[in-house]
Amino acid sequence: MTDDAADEAIDLAALADDELVSQMHDDLYDGLADEIAEGTQILLDRGFSAQRVLDDALVEGMRIVGIDFRDGILFVPEVLLSANAMKAGMALLRPLLAETGAKPVGKMVIGTVKGDIHDIGKNLVAMMMEGAGFEVVDLGVNTSVDEYLAALDEHQPDILGLSALLTTTMPYMKIVIDTLVEKGRRDDFIVLVGGAPLNEEFGAAVGADAYCRDASIAAETAKTLVSARRASA
Amino acid sequence: MIACGALVRELRAVLGQLPGSAESIDVVYLPAHLHNRPDAIPAAVEGAAVEAGAAAGAVEGAAVEAGAAAGAGVPARILVAYADCGTGGRLDATLDRLGATRLPGAHCYEFFTGAVRFAELSAAEPGTFYLTDFLARNFDALVIGGLGLDRHPELRDQYFAHYTRVVLLSQTDDADLVRMGQAAADRLGLAFVHEHVGLGPFQAAVGWTRERAGA
Repeated sequence: MTDDAADEAIDLAALADDELVSQMHDDLYDGLADEIAEGTQILLDRGFSAQRVLDDALVEGMRIVGIDFRDGILFVPEVLLSANAMKAGMALLRPLLAETGAKPVGKMVIGTVKGDIHDIGKNLVAMMMEGAGFEVVDLGVNTSVDEYLAALDEHQPDILGLSALLTTTMPYMKIVIDTLVEKGRRDDFIVLVGGAPLNEEFGAAVGADAYCRDASIAAETAKTLVSARRASA
Repeated sequence: MIACGALVRELRAVLGQLPGSAESIDVVYLPAHLHNRPDAIPAAVEGAAVEAGAAAGAVEGAAVEAGAAAGAGVPARILVAYADCGTGGRLDATLDRLGATRLPGAHCYEFFTGAVRFAELSAAEPGTFYLTDFLARNFDALVIGGLGLDRHPELRDQYFAHYTRVVLLSQTDDADLVRMGQAAADRLGLAFVHEHVGLGPFQAAVGWTRERAGA
């Protein structure tokens, strides 16, 4: 988005607030972790709340990254670098957000399904969910139905997130959801599914509440469905 | 036949051995880098099918024979040398419209090893990164370059943290190839296993597909 020479010439501290936020969108896009950490600290020093920095600079920047990933302009390596840059900002914001004592928007248990050890997408979703104000319990990879059930019992989340990268492992999502149905617990949770080979039809076929194409959409979908669920309770 | 460009050597060898195949099957190869972009495979296959039909002067009757709802200009019988390849069934949906038939399995590793053996390998260690002859020879371009590890080696752990081994499923008996596989595993910091599978399972898969398509 910006060339190296231009990056070197920019003094983040000299930018007005809106220019700095815009520059941070560019820096997130370019995966510049040091610049994101610097920009985050500058905004905090100027009196921005941690939540405002998170929403306006980081989450919005990652939303733009997500759009260009969807459109084939950015690819996985670039998205990983952007995510790493966001993590650098989150490292500064996380303790401040905790200090506010704000109640989480909701809670999510998430894991990559059994037989599958891929977690790039799952980790992106976990990060964006955290950015959206959710408490996230990450079960890691190769997660069996028993491990999901134990985590649901222990953490009582609003949302269960199931991730898979492989065509051969995505059917395991149906095993997990069918088990919830058998145990009469399916309606206790919002179930979101995601992963590169999935689509909306698959999500509907396995009985998920929604298929989420990318991490930003997962966070938006989660907020919408949790709000709707609470409104109807 | 519309084929993945990662299968050129193996398909030529197999079609040369299946009676009548070399003469009766025209092969169009798509770029091998689609291996890294599964979402682009269905449209690329469909485009190649239509283009092949136009080049061959396909007639309306051929399209009707293929039963292709959107298949004007599509050849009568289309064989597709792809597995599902991470398309999550989207390739199959496209092939259903075209009246086309593909190789069996979820991945090329599966039709190179046979379904039973591949299931055993996957079950034994989900964290297995598979190489074929093509991927071993083109490891730098397709894996290191394709994943951006040449520019950003620090991403290695994010891609491979949960992998434990590289398994080379070799089609040819070639010591250089084994050395390439070992070097690939070393570069990723993973254990290396070599399993020579030859061309037998692949030849069986191609033969099965040809019979199923009536080609």
